[in-house]
Amino acid sequence: MSVYKRAQRPSATFPDHVLSEIHRAADQGIYEIRGFGAKRRVPGFDDLLFLGASVSRYPLEGYREACGTDVVLGTRHAKNPLRLKIPITIAGMSFGALGANAKESLGRAATAMGTSTTTGDGGMTVEERSASETLVYQVLPSRYGLNPDDLRKADALEVVVGQGAKPGGGGMLLGQKITERVAGMRTLPEGIDQRSACRHPDWTGPDDLEIKINELREITDWRVPIYVKVGATRTRYDVQLAVKAGADVVVVDGMQGGTAATQDVFIEHVGIPTLPAVRLAVEALKELRMHRKVQLIVSGGIRSGADVAKALALGADAVSIGSAAMVALGCNKPVYEDDYARLGTEPGCCHHCHTGACPVGITTQRPELEERLPPEVGARRMRNYLATLVLELQTIARACGKSHVHNLEPEDMVALTVEAAAMARVPLAGTDWIPGWRE
Amino acid sequence: MREFDLEVDSVRDLNAALHALTEEDRDRDFLVCHPNGRHSVAVGAMLEADIRIEGHVGYYCAGMNQRARVQVRGNVGPGVAENMMSGMVQVTGNASQYAGASGRGGLLVIEGDASSRCGISMKGVNIVVRGSVGHMSAFMAQAGALVVCGDAGQHLGDSIYEARLYVRGTVRSLGADCVEKDMTDEHVKELSGLLLAAGIEADAREFRRYGSARRLYNFNIDHVDEY
Repeated sequence: MSVYKRAQRPSATFPDHVLSEIHRAADQGIYEIRGFGAKRRVPGFDDLLFLGASVSRYPLEGYREACGTDVVLGTRHAKNPLRLKIPITIAGMSFGALGANAKESLGRAATAMGTSTTTGDGGMTVEERSASETLVYQVLPSRYGLNPDDLRKADALEVVVGQGAKPGGGGMLLGQKITERVAGMRTLPEGIDQRSACRHPDWTGPDDLEIKINELREITDWRVPIYVKVGATRTRYDVQLAVKAGADVVVVDGMQGGTAATQDVFIEHVGIPTLPAVRLAVEALKELRMHRKVQLIVSGGIRSGADVAKALALGADAVSIGSAAMVALGCNKPVYEDDYARLGTEPGCCHHCHTGACPVGITTQRPELEERLPPEVGARRMRNYLATLVLELQTIARACGKSHVHNLEPEDMVALTVEAAAMARVPLAGTDWIPGWRE
Repeated sequence: MREFDLEVDSVRDLNAALHALTEEDRDRDFLVCHPNGRHSVAVGAMLEADIRIEGHVGYYCAGMNQRARVQVRGNVGPGVAENMMSGMVQVTGNASQYAGASGRGGLLVIEGDASSRCGISMKGVNIVVRGSVGHMSAFMAQAGALVVCGDAGQHLGDSIYEARLYVRGTVRSLGADCVEKDMTDEHVKELSGLLLAAGIEADAREFRRYGSARRLYNFNIDHVDEY
């Protein structure tokens, strides 16, 4: 071995994790499929700071003065828009990807907090409908389990065009998770690798989408709001086309958004971060004079009340959480560590949702693992987490002098980095400089 | 007989009337005139009813149909009977693309030709086409049967699961993982029943059967060329 340290230095182009992936690919001959979201660092809400009130602004008393959190979604066309107590919703996650106990936990907590949950690929389960007072029913490209009876039971519909973790790609549910019940809901043989389609079977493009939305409205007698969900890529165009197609609500999911199973190359290399996506979506709505008329829900890497506050300050009406909700249920928690080890991972690094062997009983269909997440325990954790997010959100809003969280605005924030300043279009801290911005 | 003239009444009026039907209603015959290519005509029907549409319709006619018998005396636009659950939809003319997409039950009969992606993602519906079907028909078809009395275009049954395909004429090409299979007595019996239900006189033994080779059901590096 050389005595000179220079000879021992690793390559910046081929660091350990890159070398390891090349070795794995050479051994197995297939791309890596995994769950969770992007692991690379991208510009995000951590790169923004709030400017609390001072001499020029006065704050609200944190423990006494009201700070509203309610939001109404779907005011454009629906007879019955959703009235939520908090602007934090639960994102679509399928029964199949998640076990029944996890879905029920999310439903119970959302109901207790006055917010909505969302179905996913595979359709609506009886348990989910009964646990969730307000349930958004996804209309996905696969159409697994889609039926008009459930359509009419839903409180809102969400036409899923794309997902932040994999815009342009379809879903995957590997054979080990296709149990008898999951297979039955999806009309598939047990144990096969299930590939969800990447585009809808009966429409292509924005003109068709408009007709499709109209059909869904007709079937549901114009009763419920219709969302359109897009993965964040060409966000300005997608949002405007969704509005043109008649969406009541647009959901924009940034690249930090999670998935139950997708190619790693997709998760890490396709889509744009949530931070610029929010700003682009808001600008797109404002150009059409539809901001606040068509509501905007933002998702993808929302973790804290601060993240919620920053998304709302940039102009979102609500946020949606998926990965963070799973973490609240116990995902990556340092328990059952032997089971993590059996998967070749450890708490904090686990992304093995695709295996169906989730050590904490969330992304599994195995009864012995699901028992580790009793619905009442999961619901309590989730409710606590949502309550914490709301308290954090209100703390920031009051500190900025806002009597409602929707009164937060870009002017309340500065950026820590040049990249974040350019993406969010707020000034770099200590300057009045917004890169790339001209009045 | 309830009549809806879509030059006077709206599609909303028609669909609302269909959705308002109850099990106690005795008058369940609907006549729809002058559809003139309108979209979403007679969608979301829930109960047994006879709905006759005189003329051509646009997208998604009879979408998500349950239990009703819908007859279109004309041509239909894309997505006729999409996601139908039960009942019967009959088209006397031709159908545009995605006919019967993701249908889960019931019978769709097309007396003319059907364009591309007929039966895409079908999940249990039975589709009988007296004429020919376009390319990528039965793409990702999961369950049910697609009967083509004429010819089939390119890539029939691409990425097919457990649906059964019967074609009397030529098949331009088969899609990934779709292969010709033996026509057993059981299949002749099923096909004969479908032809009878569709009102088409044809000898089931003249058809060939296609289905999944099941090579793509679980990833195998040695089948990578198929993906």
